[in-house]
Formats: sequence, C-alpha cells, structure tokens
Amino acid sequence: MQGWAWEQAGDSEGEGRLNIAILSGKGGTGKTTISTNLSVITGANYIDCDVEEPNGFIFLKPSQIKREEVKVDYPVVDSSRCTLCGECAKVCQFNALVKTKKDIMLFEKLCHGCHACGIVCKQSALTFGKRIIGTIEEGQYGNLICKRGILNVGEPMAVPVIRRLLKNLPTGTNLIDCAPGTSCNVVSSLQYADGAILVTEPSSFGLHDLKMAVQLVRSFNLPFGVVINKHNIEDDRIQTYCEKENIEILGVIPYRREAAEVYSSGKMIVELPEYKEIFEEIAERLREVFPWNLQ
Amino acid sequence: MKIAVSSMSKDLNSMLDVRFGRCNYFVIYDTEEGLVKTIENKGQMSGGGAGIAAAQQIIDEDVDVVITGNMGLNAFNLFKNSDIKVYRCGSIKVETAVQLFKEGKLEELTQAGPAHAGMGMGTGRRFRGGR
Repeated sequence: MQGWAWEQAGDSEGEGRLNIAILSGKGGTGKTTISTNLSVITGANYIDCDVEEPNGFIFLKPSQIKREEVKVDYPVVDSSRCTLCGECAKVCQFNALVKTKKDIMLFEKLCHGCHACGIVCKQSALTFGKRIIGTIEEGQYGNLICKRGILNVGEPMAVPVIRRLLKNLPTGTNLIDCAPGTSCNVVSSLQYADGAILVTEPSSFGLHDLKMAVQLVRSFNLPFGVVINKHNIEDDRIQTYCEKENIEILGVIPYRREAAEVYSSGKMIVELPEYKEIFEEIAERLREVFPWNLQ
Repeated sequence: MKIAVSSMSKDLNSMLDVRFGRCNYFVIYDTEEGLVKTIENKGQMSGGGAGIAAAQQIIDEDVDVVITGNMGLNAFNLFKNSDIKVYRCGSIKVETAVQLFKEGKLEELTQAGPAHAGMGMGTGRRFRGGR
C-alpha cells in the first residue's frame, strides 16, 4: 500500500500528479468497481467523472463532504440597446439564440458559454449572467481524497462540470472514473489523463466497445492496459483480441455470485480475500507498466 | 400569405415530411403571387437544436403559416412568439396539404409534441439522443 512509485513517474502537467483514467466503451463493465477497489488498494485518490450518474461514493462513502457549485455563462439581452440585427443568432454555432420578429430568444440549455454573441454585438446589448448546472463534491475516505461531479437533472451538457472537476485535482495519483462510451464526456476526461485502464467484459458488446475505447486512447497516445471483468473461463475473445493488438492485460476478475452479492450490498469487493489478491496483482502490474510507458 | 411545408424534396409534388426540425426541405408557397420557393433545412445537419435552426430560417423567410407533422417545444415557442401559426398534417403531397389548409381542413397545432421525435431513421420514432 505504501511506496507507491507513480508519484515519481511525473506527468504531462508536471505538478506532481499522475492521472489514470478508467474507461470502458460499454457501460456496466465495472469501471466504478475497478476504480473504487483499486483506489483503496493503491491509496490513489478517487475522482468520479461520470457526472450524469456518479456512483462511486455509494461504495466509498466519503466523510466531511465539501460542496462547490458549477456555473456556466449565458447571454442576457438588453432590449433597450438591441436593434434586432440578428448577428448574435447568426454567429451562434449551437442554435442557442434566435431572432424572432419581436426579440432575441435564448435557449439556455443549448448555450456553450462561448461568448461569440457578445463579440459580434455592435450595440453592446449583451452581458453575461451565470447559472448553476451542477456541483463538485470532495470528501475523505481514510487518507484518500474522493471527488465527484454531479450534473443537475435535466441539464444536457456535462463537459463544464467535468472540466471544473479535473482542473483542481489533488496532487499524487488520481484514478479518474470516466463516463461510459467514447463521447465528449470521456474525451474531456482523457485530456487530463496520463494513462488509461480499459475495463471490459467477455461479450460481443464488451469487445466491440473496447475496440472503440482502444482507438480513442491511442489517438491520445496514452499508455494503457486492459482489465477483463466478469471473466468466464470458457470465453477468451478479449484475450485473443488483446494478443493480436499487442495490448497488455493488467488483470482478470472472475464472475462470481459472491462478488455480485458484496457489490449489491454497497460494499467493496476487496473485502473478499480472493478478490483483494487480484486487485493487489493489478496494482503491482500498474506500477510496472506506467512508469516506463510514461517517458 | 406565405405557407411553409416541411418536405422530403423540392417541389409541390413532394411528400410532406412529418418531421419539422429534421426534414430535408421547406417548400414555401406564396398565395398572393402563386410563387413557390424551396429552402434547404439547415436544422437537418445540426448537432443539436435542429428545430430551433429550422424555425430561425422560417422566421427569416417572413412566413405566416407552417404545415408539418410534429413539432418540439422549442420551435413551437419560437413560432408562438413570432405570431406564426402551425398546422398539423399527415404524410401527403405538399400541394394537397396547401389545398387542405386553404379549405380550412387542417387542425392548428396548439401543443408541442415530444422532443427529438424526428431523430434516427424513419418517422415519429422516439430516440434518446441530442449530443
């Protein structure tokens, strides 16, 4: 648990942080299970970037929670100055502003807060207000720092919450629990990552989406390895693929009822001795893989 | 009076597209001049806010009446705010739809339908999306 070598491995930001993203492609393969259990075993901080449905805190149950609101800008039209020229609506790439016959209408949920409308307005009729779209929470699990972003229900844009969360990461090693898929949410999480763990399962969807996740991390030129969760001894499709692609398998977690029972009661699966051993092996592998890959 | 119809292709003989935001074209018929103008729907290729982009085009064309199948809340509110009336119609020829409107046989849309109804292939299929 001690002597964690990643801190010395350095990172792209050069500020004593090593950020390892955990992603999967397919949902439900066990990103949160791997991230939370690995955090506990390695002593790395846990960062939940799946802001649309963050669930890592269910297992880690951190204490002393501090909260901070996440706000985004939106334009406010001063109708006494506005001449209805429509330039703001024309420049908006997200269809957030529309010029009607009477006024400029704002669809605030489409606004990306880019301020282009403010730049083109010749009448200086636009100012910017702020609205809350989510929250950042930070708490403690033993010595670990646990952080998560929460996007408010009904808000379509998760990226501002993810960015805010990742801009203020603690020093040391951080495990970043990403959203499923390979969408903007995952891409913006990977922008802060120094390495990645791809979690998958032996199923057609698991493999299909793993391939997409591999493409994504390769386009970021990140060192990465694969963890096979819910492993079934008779199915080696993931191993076959990884061998062909020359991808390191960091660990294999067996599919067992007792693990599912522990998980479904909100406990960590490292409470089971057999699983604890597996996670310790994965941790050992990570220490070997990331330092030399990072340079 | 200018009537805009959401359409699958470019002229009065085209079939009406029941999707508003994601239709291919708007056929605009001017009743006074008897003229037909077709515009390509910019909303069709829009990542998000398709209905809004489409509505902006219609508003810019100074249209008085829109005939379509379904319309989401955003576009609906924009037309309400611009005093443009919206009428509902099924998938028939654009020309017939205009005729039915003139005869007062189309029903005015007084409530918006579900958002994203026109996403994906086909018509009216509900689809979770919008990223």
